[in-house]
Amino acid sequence: MASRVLTGAGTTILAADHITKAFTTPNGDPLPVLDDISFQLREGEIVALLGKSGSGKSTLLRCLAGLIAPSSGRALYKGEPVRIANPGVAMVFQSFALLPWLTVLQNVELGLEARAVPADQRRDRSLRAIDLIGLDGFESAYPKELSGGMRQRVGFARALVVEPDALFMDEPFSALDVLTAENLRTELLALWSRSDFPTRAMLIVTHNIEEAVLLADRLFVLSSNPGRIQAELTIDLPRPRDRRSPAFEALVDQVYGILTGREPTPEVEAPARPGPTDVPLPSATVGGMAGLLEILAAHDGREDLPDLAHELTFEVDDLLPLVDATTMLEFSTVDDADLELTDLGRVFVSADILRSKELFARQAREHAPLVRSIWNSLHATKDGTLNEGFFIDILRRGFTEDEAQHQLDIAIDWGRYGELYDYDANTGELTLDTGAPDVPVLST
Amino acid sequence: MAMRRQFPTRDVLRRPRLRPVDLLVGAAVFALLYGLLRLGLTLTAPFSPAHAPSKISTDPSQLPGYALRSLARMFIALGLSVAFTFVYGTAAARSRRAEKVLIPILDILQSVPILGFLSITVTAFIALFPHSILGLECASIFAIFTSQAWNMTFSFYHSLLTQPRELDEAARLMRLTKWERFWKLDVPSSMIGLVWNGMMSFGGGWFFLTASEAITVNKHSYALPGIGSYVATASAQSDLGRVLLAIGVMIVMVLAVNFLFWRPLVAWSERFRIETTEASEQPRSIMLDTLRRSHVPRLLGRPLQPVVTGLDRATRVFGIADRPLTPNVVRRRAGDAVFGVVVAIGVVIGAASALNYVQRTVGLDEFAHAFALGAVTFGRVLILLVASTLIWVPVGVKIGLSPRLARYAQPIVQVLASFPANFLFPFFAAFLIATGISLNVGGIVLMALGAQWYILFNTIAGAMSIPSDLREAMDNFGVRGWQRWRRLIIPGIFPAYVTGGITAAGGAWNASIIAEYVTYGHHTLVATGLGAYIAQATVNGEFAKILTGIVVMSIYVVGLNRIVWRRLYRLAEARYSL
Repeated sequence: MASRVLTGAGTTILAADHITKAFTTPNGDPLPVLDDISFQLREGEIVALLGKSGSGKSTLLRCLAGLIAPSSGRALYKGEPVRIANPGVAMVFQSFALLPWLTVLQNVELGLEARAVPADQRRDRSLRAIDLIGLDGFESAYPKELSGGMRQRVGFARALVVEPDALFMDEPFSALDVLTAENLRTELLALWSRSDFPTRAMLIVTHNIEEAVLLADRLFVLSSNPGRIQAELTIDLPRPRDRRSPAFEALVDQVYGILTGREPTPEVEAPARPGPTDVPLPSATVGGMAGLLEILAAHDGREDLPDLAHELTFEVDDLLPLVDATTMLEFSTVDDADLELTDLGRVFVSADILRSKELFARQAREHAPLVRSIWNSLHATKDGTLNEGFFIDILRRGFTEDEAQHQLDIAIDWGRYGELYDYDANTGELTLDTGAPDVPVLST
Repeated sequence: MAMRRQFPTRDVLRRPRLRPVDLLVGAAVFALLYGLLRLGLTLTAPFSPAHAPSKISTDPSQLPGYALRSLARMFIALGLSVAFTFVYGTAAARSRRAEKVLIPILDILQSVPILGFLSITVTAFIALFPHSILGLECASIFAIFTSQAWNMTFSFYHSLLTQPRELDEAARLMRLTKWERFWKLDVPSSMIGLVWNGMMSFGGGWFFLTASEAITVNKHSYALPGIGSYVATASAQSDLGRVLLAIGVMIVMVLAVNFLFWRPLVAWSERFRIETTEASEQPRSIMLDTLRRSHVPRLLGRPLQPVVTGLDRATRVFGIADRPLTPNVVRRRAGDAVFGVVVAIGVVIGAASALNYVQRTVGLDEFAHAFALGAVTFGRVLILLVASTLIWVPVGVKIGLSPRLARYAQPIVQVLASFPANFLFPFFAAFLIATGISLNVGGIVLMALGAQWYILFNTIAGAMSIPSDLREAMDNFGVRGWQRWRRLIIPGIFPAYVTGGITAAGGAWNASIIAEYVTYGHHTLVATGLGAYIAQATVNGEFAKILTGIVVMSIYVVGLNRIVWRRLYRLAEARYSL
């Protein structure tokens, strides 16, 4: 359990009260990103928000920080609704967000300057924060001169110097290399256990499952499109936590299981044949999928996902789209936290290139909604040609402009590989690939 | 790096396509010009020529003094441009409503021929300060200002819009005051673009300085003491020796300003680069190194510290740089509606009265006449573009592909681009008079004197940006000759070339106003064209014609930008960006 004993331990600092956030698609339709999220951040705890990309976890963090407004529901700080940037929150950013034209000391002092703290006090407090975070000697350096790990230390010092009630971290370690990240995490935990650590609660957004299990007292797993709280786990492993302990590994497996499991769609009945906007294509290339399946075959067709991620030094955001894609095309199945090669998958891996393409084409046409609808639409035209604008318009009903484009890019990649259709980047036209081995004779 | 070496920087020229709202904006500018004109006319007070000589002494001993006065005008204009940039750019980027009005206006202003303005502003400023030379000074400074401010403002505005999101969030969470945010985040993060565009616009400013120091408006000739009017007077006296002398002084001045001011500033601004990777080639400046080693910055900084602190404290009243997350929607909509209606009514009334003015004075047929003349000038611009492309693109590619050549050539071309072409006009005028060649043809050369350099300059930048491994691959596969041009070089330089082409074309339209109407000694050469039309109307004080001419020329420039250049620009971004 957290080794911190605070006088007000357990009192709520921040709360999400039925927060829903929807952005507007270019067509003017609302695009839900967060759906009815409620939880509390209490004094003395570390809470982790974990989810795939598209789960809106960063959006949720920004709602609570008062950087963006929820569409409905409220962010509460000490019981009061947050209307402007939350004064009780300091944030550590993935990209560090340091001002490159200020020295380390000036960067750290900036927040105090904004609070009109007198110059001498400002200097004292900043030097103390710099000391605490292990940056002494670097006061007059510019961020450019520092390594990534040292830059993020400046980020921490800058956040902690204002003694925020809550420290927010937006994937703070994901831009760092593995060793540096591990080092910084360990130090952060060591500081957290000290009585003079100048913050009372921490909220971290991450897509790294092990990181979440390592750091958090409570862990919220968010589902994707839109983000909902899928599971809440209380982690009471003693600190420091041992990554190799069976209890730790069991928890990691459990979270993997939650993340790869079928996402519950409680209200809406799943349509008989889901459309392109119901089931987005996972962001995976054909090459990536093939690579994953081959590795799986080399492991006798079955492998534990955390081990797989570890072996490939992949994080969830890298691995899960590939897993989702191969599962969508029925080349693999997920059982608990194990990925298993299907019979089709075995054929796909072992067949020659033409046969693989045929198989891929069939599966994509059958199970990837966007690929299917492109193929069908092209068949419905006389000359087998349609402009991409047609599909972008359809996709805009369910995606933002960028995401719609991204979805189409994936579908083009898949369709090209399967020789289902071709795309001309100059004219933006999609054309049926008449050279495809299994295209039936056109008939209208 | 390569991006930054183009002028203007790319985002300055990012344009929306031609929209109906452009008509409204066009009408607004029309109305605005008319308003200025009215102001100038109503204020016209008896003017005593004694205060403003029509020519100045061409005694060479006066030249250094003149040069310094000209330089002072340039720097005052630069200061005004910076101030304007900060205010206008911030307003446009931070206020949703202001943005809707300010940005389209800026967009059009950037395309309006500045020299056409001169007559209107000279009249207005003289009327404001009737008994002193101050009015002329103001008009000259204003002309330089208009040549610098737009690019800088666009650059600043785009920097504000593209500020990294996380820096914005960090600033808001730290609860910086508006003042602190402006100086700690907004200005520094825009610095590189601002300095680069400032430097290049400053170079362009010499041209307008020269054109504005000596001018004939409404049959009055005015001459401000300065190097530009020195050249004008020497030219009127057919004294080519003295013109040559002024050219020498001008070259020294351009080089000195570059060495003592801009190079150090460019090198210094490197510290404001946001990308955490270092630029491959750091701009260096001996001047800056010297300054950094000296105690001067610290000596200057110390007494200023309390001032800074005081200002930080005093500006706290403006509040913190954050906005409520949930604005009052009803009130906002109502505000938008009122704002829109007021603006629209103002524009319609203004444009209608301007139109009425033209109709009463010269008749609306004048527009047709001006459009026809515009077509002739457009022909010149076209020939100029093709010719400079054929000449300078091969040269620029040659230079850009050789790192050693490029290192020396680019600064030289930059100086050539800032050298005011109108200093060379007397020689060409003398040549044309001696040979009897018509200005209809010669005018093309005069227009090209200034405009061509942008094509060369940007071609060099484009060629430099072609990665060396691509070139090695082409060598490896034996791709050479025309095939190499078609497959590698032309696509590689295309984005930079388009930027250069837009700027060159804009410069050429502007230059037509002084290149199609040239006086030398007792001769006056006139070409058929819209530039000459505006120039003659200026000399004769026919304000309705000036207004018509400027509006028509703006329509040409804006129309071509939107219809032709924008397409090429988008193609460049989509297909040929490396």
